[in-house]
Amino acid sequence: MSTGRVNWFGRGWLAAGYVFLYIPIFLLIVLSFNQSRQDVIWTGFTLNWYRELLVDKEIIDGFILSLKIAFLTGLLSVVLGTFAAFTLVKYSRFFGRTAFVGMVNAPLVMPEVIIGLSLLLLMVSLQNTETFSWISRGMFTILIGHALVGMAYATVVVQSRLQEMDRSIEEAAMDLGCRPRQVFFLVTLPNITQALMSAFLLTFTLSLDDVVISQLLSGPGSSTMPIVIFSRARLGLDPRVNAVATLTILVVTIGVIASSIYLARLERRRQKEMSAAFSADAA
Amino acid sequence: MGELASGHPNVVAPDGTLAAAAPADTHFLRIEKLVKEFDGLVAVDNVSLDICKGEIFALLGSSGCGKSTLLRMLAGFEMPTSGRIFLDGKDIAALPPYIRPINMMFQSYALFPHLTVWDNVAFGLKRDGLPKDQIAERVEKMLGLVQLKPYAKRKPHQLSGGQQQRVALARSLAKRPQLMLLDEPLGALDKKLRERTQLELVNIIESVGVTCVMVTHDQEEAMTMASRIAIMSEGRILQVGAPHEVYETPSCRFVADFIGNVNLFEGKLTEDASDHVVIETPECTHYVGHGITGTEGMAVSVAIRPEKIRITQQPPSDLARPACNWVKGEVVDLAYLGSYTVYHLKLATGMILKATVASVERLPDWQPTWGDSVFASWDEYAMVVLTQ
Ligand SMILES: Nc1ncnc2c1ncn2[C@@H]1O[C@H](COP(=O)(O)OP(=O)(O)OP(=O)(O)O)[C@@H](O)[C@H]1O
Ligand SMILES: [Mg+2]
Repeated sequence: MSTGRVNWFGRGWLAAGYVFLYIPIFLLIVLSFNQSRQDVIWTGFTLNWYRELLVDKEIIDGFILSLKIAFLTGLLSVVLGTFAAFTLVKYSRFFGRTAFVGMVNAPLVMPEVIIGLSLLLLMVSLQNTETFSWISRGMFTILIGHALVGMAYATVVVQSRLQEMDRSIEEAAMDLGCRPRQVFFLVTLPNITQALMSAFLLTFTLSLDDVVISQLLSGPGSSTMPIVIFSRARLGLDPRVNAVATLTILVVTIGVIASSIYLARLERRRQKEMSAAFSADAA
Repeated sequence: MGELASGHPNVVAPDGTLAAAAPADTHFLRIEKLVKEFDGLVAVDNVSLDICKGEIFALLGSSGCGKSTLLRMLAGFEMPTSGRIFLDGKDIAALPPYIRPINMMFQSYALFPHLTVWDNVAFGLKRDGLPKDQIAERVEKMLGLVQLKPYAKRKPHQLSGGQQQRVALARSLAKRPQLMLLDEPLGALDKKLRERTQLELVNIIESVGVTCVMVTHDQEEAMTMASRIAIMSEGRILQVGAPHEVYETPSCRFVADFIGNVNLFEGKLTEDASDHVVIETPECTHYVGHGITGTEGMAVSVAIRPEKIRITQQPPSDLARPACNWVKGEVVDLAYLGSYTVYHLKLATGMILKATVASVERLPDWQPTWGDSVFASWDEYAMVVLTQ
């Protein structure tokens, strides 16, 4: 093993793993170019399904709605999650802290179906009251459901960043004349931007592909893209769905590769600068 | 110490001895009966101190003795359980840190990682709402002072430890605080860089003329940098004085032992006159050439610094009382350190006596070596009698 090479047995497993992971995706991509509408048998190459996508109002509307909800979920989750994380890290003792920790973490472990169902019940009960009768199921209710779960994830991400941050820079800021609020905006926030960005991306993605909560909280005319795909897949295979999926895979792949190249470059530059700085002391 | 830093209040008195000058303004920073408890644990226990304008004052003590806690109360990060702090006559104990005219240099430097060196130094000035050109001028001056002008555009992670330390110094000096606090200012540097930086730091602080309270657990650092030192142990101040005072006249066993090396003899006071005392210890009889406040029969310790001990081949003949102030011992250990040699002598009682002998002559006639039987002696003013 010390040579870093894998023996034939290990290689076999590795191959099996790759096949398991990538064959379904590969199949999906191939079938999105297949002429046959019903079959999984290759009958010829076509871009028809992609062309049809452009005029498929249901899918386009679903896509736009999904993006809107995901974006707002990201924002809302990060803002709420940051406040929650800040409170948890900064104040080790306050009334009801244990209950607060439990509530913040509950959406992480609770089955989504139950979260969605309980929210649905709440919305329906609220609709029956006079003050909240204006609530109608749709984008707003889905957003609330997604933000609820997203906030929990965002809290975890931001909290761990805050915990590893050197807290003395906040004291230094105060020492240099910052009021507590200025400390937060001028020192704490700039030092956790990376965590905020990851929290945003995480919750954005979670919201984008959520089916369960969206399904339970959506109303007429507010189908997100996953709901559209889901309902069509239930009616039988649909090559347009394959086309949507292929486009999504393309975007995700490009995003992942670009960001990992960017991060690796950043890290290398940082390493170089640091080693340059430390050789200055030796001189 | 005096020649290292000219601004020290250590001056040479007419009789040739070093003495701390009575400073003009002794009440610049006044700490009164300050107490800090953490859940029943007393971290700072009834501390009172007066610190003069323009001096560098060091809090010296072992780990966990409450130095940082005391400093953090001065900065405003901890609320005192009781007690008061006056700065220039005003009680500041209740003021939040951002109002106090005090700046702190943190042990970890606490530089803002997202800001450049220039912006780090300018940070406090911007909070004061100074006009732009004034900020720029002052930042430039500070960076010049710590010789970091070429590094202004760098981020903290692009700097070496020594450079980061100087940025932290420039940042805390930039606001021209009335009082500057330094928590282990050189703690994160390696030994060689530390020694080089100590005097540099003193020079910068003195050129600015700011009053400083620093915390350290390194006695050499405290003695090099500070004009006065307070020795702390378990939250209490044991002694305050100039470096030579705490070294030459420690007030108790702890201080004697903590500052430098010392030989401690435990014994009884047997003769108590106004101009001398005699103390019996199992090792020998000590004749002390000055009176002390004590009563005959009380238990006392005699402290002798290793460098005050002479080592001879023959019994000493020049002592005030021939029977006192010398012991016989066997050399069990020696270390030649260039400018001096450290000897460990085993006495008849089993006590190990430490003695250092300066290398005055290049090739001395006689040098004790392992296993030699030698005589160690000291004169009647060499020791300090400790009653606590
Ligand atoms: N926030 C806190 N909560 C509880 N106990 C504390 C707190 N801060 C300090 N202490 C305790 O107070 C005592 C003194 O701590 P302090 O940090 O002042 O020591 P120190 O002299 O600075 O030590 P060191 O040289 O290791 O920095 C220690 O026993 C420490 O455990
Ligand atoms: Mg400390």
